[in-house]
Amino acid sequence: MAAKVVTVTSGKGGVGKTTATANLGVALARLGKKVVLIDADVGLRNLDIVMGLENRIVYDLVDVIEGRCQLRQAMIKHKQFPDLFLIPAAQTRDKTAVSPADMIQITDKLRPEFDFILIDSPAGIERGFRNAVASADEVLIVTNPEVSAVRDADRIIGLLEANNKGPAKLILNRVNPDMVKRGEMMSADDVTDILAIKLIGIVPEDEHVIPASNSGVPVTLNENSKAGQAFRNIARRLTGENVPFMTLQESGGFFQRLARLFSGQGE
Amino acid sequence: MSGFFDRMFGRSSSKSSSSLAKERLQFILVHDRINLPPERMEAMKAEILAVISKYVAVDQDNVDIALQQRNRDSLIVAEIPFSQSKDSTDEAKRRLGQDMDTPRSDQSGTVDEADDF
Ligand SMILES: Nc1ncnc2c1ncn2[C@@H]1O[C@H](COP(=O)(O)OP(=O)(O)OP(=O)(O)O)[C@@H](O)[C@H]1O
Ligand SMILES: [Mg+2]
Repeated sequence: MAAKVVTVTSGKGGVGKTTATANLGVALARLGKKVVLIDADVGLRNLDIVMGLENRIVYDLVDVIEGRCQLRQAMIKHKQFPDLFLIPAAQTRDKTAVSPADMIQITDKLRPEFDFILIDSPAGIERGFRNAVASADEVLIVTNPEVSAVRDADRIIGLLEANNKGPAKLILNRVNPDMVKRGEMMSADDVTDILAIKLIGIVPEDEHVIPASNSGVPVTLNENSKAGQAFRNIARRLTGENVPFMTLQESGGFFQRLARLFSGQGE
Repeated sequence: MSGFFDRMFGRSSSKSSSSLAKERLQFILVHDRINLPPERMEAMKAEILAVISKYVAVDQDNVDIALQQRNRDSLIVAEIPFSQSKDSTDEAKRRLGQDMDTPRSDQSGTVDEADDF
C-alpha cells in the first residue's frame, strides 16, 4: 500500500479546513480505506475535538518529532472505525516546533501502511502552511464564496504553483443555494472561473455542522445532512470515482426533489 | 421567486452583489498576481506612454492601460489611441523634443506625489 498524502489548506482562517479534514477522513474510512489524519495546526489544535477524540490524547506530533514517543504511540484509533487514526497537534507549542522535513519524514513512515494521509493545515501562508504541504501529493483548497476567502485561496494557488505543488483542487464550502439564486452569493462557477482550478466539491451551508462538532461526531455520519453528503461525494472523488456534481438548487423545490429522487443523491 | 419581485420593483436594475463580488475579485486578483505596487504601476504606465508618444501623437485623454486576467494569466492591456488632429506629427515632434529636455523626471515626480494618499 502506498498512501496518497492529501493536504487541506485555505489561506484564510475559519473557512472549514478542519471540518473538511475530519469529514473526509470519516467518509474515506467508511469506504473501507485505511486513513490517518494529521493535525498540522500546532498551537491551535482542533481536529481532535471535531473528531470527538480529545480525551484520548497522550502524545502528539511534536512528541514524535522530538523523540519522546514512537510514531505509533501518537496515533489515536477512532472508536467506530478501526482503520481511522488521528495524530493530534501539540497545543502548547508553536509552528516552529515542526519543520517541512519532519513532515516528510513522518508521512514517509506512514505511507506503506495507509491508503490516505490527510493533513489539516493551519490558516496563513507561513511556516505552518509550508509544513502542511511539504509532503502533499494532492492539495485541496477550502474556500467560501466570499471576496476575501477567494482572494486568499488565489494566493495559496500561486504559492503552490511556484513550488510545483499544483494543480490543487477546490472545495467550495458554506454555499447557500438560495442566496446564489438571488444573486447574493457567488456560485461555484463564478469562483472556479476566477481561480481557474478544478472543483472537487461544493459543500452547502448546513445547520447540522455545528451540532455535529458539539457532539464530536463528524457531520458526514448524519444521513440527513447535505454537507455530510457533499463530503461523502468528495471522498469518493478522492478515490478516483467519477461522482457527478448535483446542482444545489433551493432545498424544497418539487423538481429538485424529483431530480434527487432519480439521481439517488444530494450534494 | 424573490428574484422575480426584485426585478419587478426594479431592485436588481443595479448589479447583483454576487456579480459585483466577482468583478471586484477579478480586479483584486490581477493586481495581487502581478505583485506590482501602485506607484510602480503608475510609473510603468507613464513610461509606456512616453515611449509611444515619441513616435506618434497620442490622444492623451483616452488612454487606457490596465491589467486584465485571462484564466490564470495576467495581461497588461493598453488602449492608446492616436490623436486625430492634423498637426499630429508636429505634436509628436514637439513631445519628442520635450522628452529629450526633461527625461520623465517630471512625470514620475507627479505620479509619486499623487499616489501617496
Ligand atoms: N458547511 C458548513 N455549514 C455550516 N457551518 C460550517 C460549515 N463548514 C464549517 N462550518 C463552521 O465554520 C467554523 C469554522 O470551521 P473550521 O474550524 O472547520 O474552519 P478552519 O478552516 O479549520 O478554521 P481555522 O483556520 O481556525 O483552522 C466552525 O464553527 C464550523 O462548524
Ligand atoms: Mg482548523
